[in-house]
Amino acid sequence: MKKTLFDKVWDAHIVESVAEGPQILYIDKHLIHEVTSPQAFNELKQREIPIFRPQQIVATADHNTPTKDQHLPVKDELSRNQLEELSKNCAENNITLYKLGHKYNGIVHVMAPELGITQPGMTMVCGDSHTSTHGAFGAIAFGIGTSQVAQVFASQCLLLKKPKSLRVTVNGSLNKGVLPKDVILYIISKLGTNSGTGFFCEYAGDVFENMSMEGRMTVCNMSIEMGARGGMIAPDQTTFDYIAGREFAPKGIAFDKKVAYWKTLPTDPGAQFDKEYFFKAEDIAPMLTYGTNPGMGIKITETIPVEDNASFEKSLEYMDFNAGESLLNKPINYVFIGSCTNSRIEDFRVAANYVKGKQKADNVTAWLVPGSRQVEAQIKAEGLQTVFEAAGFELRQPGCSACLAMNDDKIPQGEYCVSTSNRNFEGRQGPGARTILASPLVAAATAVEGKIIDITQQFI
Amino acid sequence: MEKFTTLKSKAIPLNVANIDTDQIIPARFLKATDKKGFGDNVFKDWRYNESGDLKSDFPLNNPKYSGSILVAANNFGCGSSREHAAWALVGYGLKVIISSFFADIFKANALNNGLLPIQVSETFLEKLFKLIESDPNTILTVNLETQSLTVNDTGLSSNFDIDSYKKTCLVNGYDDIDYLINQKEKIKAFELQKTHLP
Repeated sequence: MKKTLFDKVWDAHIVESVAEGPQILYIDKHLIHEVTSPQAFNELKQREIPIFRPQQIVATADHNTPTKDQHLPVKDELSRNQLEELSKNCAENNITLYKLGHKYNGIVHVMAPELGITQPGMTMVCGDSHTSTHGAFGAIAFGIGTSQVAQVFASQCLLLKKPKSLRVTVNGSLNKGVLPKDVILYIISKLGTNSGTGFFCEYAGDVFENMSMEGRMTVCNMSIEMGARGGMIAPDQTTFDYIAGREFAPKGIAFDKKVAYWKTLPTDPGAQFDKEYFFKAEDIAPMLTYGTNPGMGIKITETIPVEDNASFEKSLEYMDFNAGESLLNKPINYVFIGSCTNSRIEDFRVAANYVKGKQKADNVTAWLVPGSRQVEAQIKAEGLQTVFEAAGFELRQPGCSACLAMNDDKIPQGEYCVSTSNRNFEGRQGPGARTILASPLVAAATAVEGKIIDITQQFI
Repeated sequence: MEKFTTLKSKAIPLNVANIDTDQIIPARFLKATDKKGFGDNVFKDWRYNESGDLKSDFPLNNPKYSGSILVAANNFGCGSSREHAAWALVGYGLKVIISSFFADIFKANALNNGLLPIQVSETFLEKLFKLIESDPNTILTVNLETQSLTVNDTGLSSNFDIDSYKKTCLVNGYDDIDYLINQKEKIKAFELQKTHLP
């Protein structure tokens, strides 16, 4: 039988199928962080169940960490307590932890790929919905709740029903100024926020084949924003070259053997999907969101659509936008470049390339938050920090930061923020904050101009 | 986990689509290390205005609505995987959420906390909103055994789907950990023969 990439990886991890029920899926790697793990550790402790495979768990501190003065004790008591609890739980259970200040510390979905922990053909979970990021390598990776974190702690397995399969194919050449972020925002704007619910999505076509691993991660990262628990891209030479030589990647003959296996994973020609969508690369433009879910996106030159329903109106009211208006020339006071979607070195290169020789607008507060210590080090090594600082941008320390505003990095009430993160939900970046999702290029241009501009004009 | 068999209750209508888990429990309340206390902050920014006063027009604050059933518009629970959303809803006293569509991760989290997500058709949901809004004392009966939802005194009813394994868990108050740790020998055997790691 012809199989999809998803089928191949899923089927290889089935321990057993429960009669008329779910399947027991084996999990290769379990990533954890401070916010969604403490209750799971407590659960096992209370029930006197040991952690089954601690060596398959990797922990980092990212959601609730400050992005300034990380060498000092964390000021917020609750945050500090949560971080201390993670350290204590990891130490007690012999789990590797890259805590604040460690050279490998970073956002869980930036740290694991850059260390070579993420590999094709794996099953990976984390108590975080953006775990879909790791699907860029041809892994089955998805977010889970804390009860499921406890289940994986206890058994290295989950009880699941196999999701349906969905494929999104984008062929052609992308226009200038169109980044991977625009590709996924465009797809979600066309398909809506729940089109992928119940499905695992494969992204196929030459647009993804020609994309860097970091671009593929940006795309797969936002699969959950259309409801799909995971997104995958077939592993290829780009994948193998990215993994080769990384800290925890297999080495020598072991690596060659893995590559031989990884090459068997792509979807067989003629394999069937439950749902398929096709888009043309040429139709995609730099994107912006105007509402309060990631599906509410338009091309930068388009106007906000007119829709007659209460939820749509509630959303525009929150954003203080009007149906039918353009976002061009809207004054913007906050810009955030960061998050597990866009905080890798290529994102900062794009931004630095744009701001080089320019100045940030006076009205704008611009935060640049690298995804990891390693990204931060590379920004400095490549001289990008100098470029940013000369242009008036602030480079902060790694973490999830203003993507979810659990720490002090909050956008003030009523302010707009052009953000490279993944969610524009009400209050996501702070109570009353208004988020406009965009690519790092559009974010950088907004910071320089102090308002939204038509970036496509610069490529004519 | 608490057992769930039947429930008879009034319902609170929340006719908003795409309610994400950031609305159910904003991220700034995720700093706790236990499961308690989230109910106080459920829908925090929809229930309270900037100065901390209750917004009287929000259905959960409206004295005419009460009960342990929440009726919400399409695509409930999208976004973040935070199980704190389920803990907050349960902590507030809710036992059932009715919608025409649920996000995957939320649905799993709800079921793992004895909170029953009931998916009904768009048409049924519309009727339900109208009934509750016109008569807030409308009583709904949920029977998990027969997988049915009935609106008392109206004859309106709907059956709902639930995975048979999950149903057994809810009816008996079991969770997946109980099941999985009994499978350890099989899991160990699987690890030894795992072919996907050459």
